[in-house]
Amino acid sequence: MSVVDRQEWDVVVVGAGGAGLRAAIEARERGARTAVICKSLFGKAHTVMAEGGIAAAMANANEHDTWQVHFRDTMRGGKFLNQWRMAELHAREAPDRVWELETWGALFDRTKDGRISQRNFGGHEYPRLAHVGDRTGLELIRTLQQKIVSLQQEDARETGDHESRLKVFQECTVTRILKDTASDSGSAAGQVCGVFGYERETGRFFVLEAPAVVVATGGIGKSFKVTSNSWEYTGDGHALALLAGAPLLNMEFVQFHPTGMVWPPSVKGILVTESVRGDGGVLRNSEDKRFMFDYVPDVFKEKYAESEEEADRWYDDPDHNRRPPELLPRDEVARAINSEVKEGRGSPHGGVFLDVSTRMPAEVVRRRLPSMYHQFKELADVDITAEAMEVGPTCHYVMGGIAVESDTAAARGVPGLFAAGEVAGGMHGSNRLGGNSLSDLLVFGRRAGWHAAEYAQGLADRRPRVDDAQVNTASAEALRPFSAQTEGEAGPPENPYTLHQELQQTMNDLVGIIRREGEMEQALHKLAELRVRARRAGVEGHRQFNPGWHLALDLRNMLLVSECVARAALERTESRGGHTREDHPAMDRGWRNVNLLCALADPGGTLAGTDPARSQIRLTRATTEPVRPDLLALFEKEELVKYLAEEELYE
Amino acid sequence: MSSYEARFKVWRGDVSGGGLADFTVEVNDGEVVLDIVHRLQATQAPDLAVRWNCKAGKCGSCSAEINGRPRLLCMTRMSVFGRDETITITPLRAFPVVRDLVTDVGYNYRKAREVPAFVPPAGLGPGEYRMSQEDVERSQEFRKCIECFLCQDVCHVVRDHEENKRAYAGPRFLMRIAELDMHPLDAAAEKGLDRGRTAQDEHGLGYCNITKCCTEVCPEGIRITDNALIPLKERAVDRKYDPLVWLGSKIRRRSS
Repeated sequence: MSVVDRQEWDVVVVGAGGAGLRAAIEARERGARTAVICKSLFGKAHTVMAEGGIAAAMANANEHDTWQVHFRDTMRGGKFLNQWRMAELHAREAPDRVWELETWGALFDRTKDGRISQRNFGGHEYPRLAHVGDRTGLELIRTLQQKIVSLQQEDARETGDHESRLKVFQECTVTRILKDTASDSGSAAGQVCGVFGYERETGRFFVLEAPAVVVATGGIGKSFKVTSNSWEYTGDGHALALLAGAPLLNMEFVQFHPTGMVWPPSVKGILVTESVRGDGGVLRNSEDKRFMFDYVPDVFKEKYAESEEEADRWYDDPDHNRRPPELLPRDEVARAINSEVKEGRGSPHGGVFLDVSTRMPAEVVRRRLPSMYHQFKELADVDITAEAMEVGPTCHYVMGGIAVESDTAAARGVPGLFAAGEVAGGMHGSNRLGGNSLSDLLVFGRRAGWHAAEYAQGLADRRPRVDDAQVNTASAEALRPFSAQTEGEAGPPENPYTLHQELQQTMNDLVGIIRREGEMEQALHKLAELRVRARRAGVEGHRQFNPGWHLALDLRNMLLVSECVARAALERTESRGGHTREDHPAMDRGWRNVNLLCALADPGGTLAGTDPARSQIRLTRATTEPVRPDLLALFEKEELVKYLAEEELYE
Repeated sequence: MSSYEARFKVWRGDVSGGGLADFTVEVNDGEVVLDIVHRLQATQAPDLAVRWNCKAGKCGSCSAEINGRPRLLCMTRMSVFGRDETITITPLRAFPVVRDLVTDVGYNYRKAREVPAFVPPAGLGPGEYRMSQEDVERSQEFRKCIECFLCQDVCHVVRDHEENKRAYAGPRFLMRIAELDMHPLDAAAEKGLDRGRTAQDEHGLGYCNITKCCTEVCPEGIRITDNALIPLKERAVDRKYDPLVWLGSKIRRRSS
């Protein structure tokens, strides 16, 4: 086996989006030598695509806003399945995380009195999203990126080397989290001891030895055909954690953003920001009707306007009118659009109409929604100041993820492993509110970096070691696609691109926005078949920047994660948030306190890849901890009755 | 509106050399050049190297040259070309090739490190910043930059003069200096850092002779030359030659 380059660090952060960069900054500022690994170039992470804003109860736009109101909105949005302590920490700490960005040079849009402007968004009671036009994610990434550069400049002044304490490994992919398996090393077996990965540019393998690893790899959207997610979203962190023995939580909850582009076909799925609706845009069907008024569910009846007049008055006088139903949480709006299209009231290309052109002057549209104006003009030849957009649901976000401890972001069951951002589960319950993602990245990115640094420092010289056998196994696994033809597998080599397309079609059609038992069973069969074929995924060429090889390796992760989604979705016989069962259409209070955990069925095995009948995933149920009484007291009893089971209420 | 077969020439090779490879490939309604590159990967050239990420013009990864012009592959619609036109895709010329359409853009990351960071104002804590929308807008325009590096690629100062890279930060990072210089609360001056002068003395602003090529290729429509580089030049010149400005800056610095 070839010699693999090894380096030692205190904390390794996998992923350089908002959560990863915030974690890295925190770990470095707390004295840990920190390495960040990212699949793309530094500053290109998926976070740049976040448009609307960062939710934080700063009360700049409405003085009544507090963390308690934000907490309440978040729990309602997640239909009370949220890991409530995370929702609490998030609501309490988000304002500080936003203000801190300003001290690092961020330039948010301003209120008249010079503070950070805040805009309305679905599910948020008050205007709460700090924003920069409709490119807030870009501002977030650039600010964190520039903060990292400024820390590197400090380090260069002190040590002569920019990368002595904080280094970004760009265009590298981690394929395995390494754990200490030897019991005689003086440390407990099963601790994290580093990561194994490859450099995309050269194809060379490397090992970063570190006692603490923060996973911040984002989501899984690339397993679905219609998605707003970039190529990076192959569920790497979810799969890495699963393979390292950490369970994934509530993977059935996948958010379909209500408004993605639907035409032309090549851009289908690209996001149309919720700010369009927050700033006054309305949804209409082919009969020119604002159909959302027909889709306000019982749990939200008191909070949303019943007439167009009331809804329109709300923008100027939110204290005496109720909000327009276009601003319901995303799951509700996505389902409504889906129904309208199904009932034959859709737009020519199978979506519905989202209109700002009749709602505000052209120059206001161009100023408040510049990226959307540009995106439709360039990609669809549509001038959104003059005509309506056509939009439909697109796979956008996974609420499910690595099960973590709320305060420390430590992954359950694997010492030394931490997770933050989209890859971590729990925070958003069954459905995430818009704007709560960017704040989640900052709040829990910081916490993960903090606790990872503390954990690494606490181990002192009792650090677990990486043994050669593990490195050799990981190398062999990563090289496998080059010898797919010669290893005696039954059947011809498979094209990884074809396998990927089939996977995306399967998940889209069978485990999509509306789910049915039979279809999910069918999906599981198809996934098992794809898994067997993926063992034969072959590549041409050599290891230097070879996208076919990269995809062949990513397939393992997408298949693992897709199976988790399908199994959990089949198990949960109710509809809640980002999980809608046609055969179980109602929310069931009995499921409110049930978490579904996915673990590897055969942790020591070789993924049982060749046996389609065997599942890779073992599913278990866990009862959630009761919500703390002072937090429950923030809600009216009449509202809690809709969510909580009798016995929970009684306590 | 229908599918058709288009002819492409795509540069393939690596640091040791390469050349244009011919492809004939299907094109469908509404597609962009990146869709075609993906189709080539899926059907004809699985190891064709290309950078891309968001496919929505927001991340600035898929920069390349199409018929010699620096562009984002994801924002270039096939409909801008004639159906019988042969479309040539080559890697960014100002940067060393890694493989196929992927180049080594490390120059840009080195230059980013040379620009001193935002200096937070003393005495203002988090949450205490007050700025007017009008004042932040100037810098906000520059912060729209997606770091696609098309401006760095097209700028003739480095495009044909590798030797200038050492002294010249390029439009993107001169604009970064302008952005910080125009930030309403940046306290660099209080720390004795004159951003305008360092642009001239340390980042090669003088090499720029405002041909506006950078502005023309910017996919974000940022008016790099007019709004960032020219004002920066004017400030640098003021500082250098205007004795009153010079005296003022000395006095203010001493008092801080």
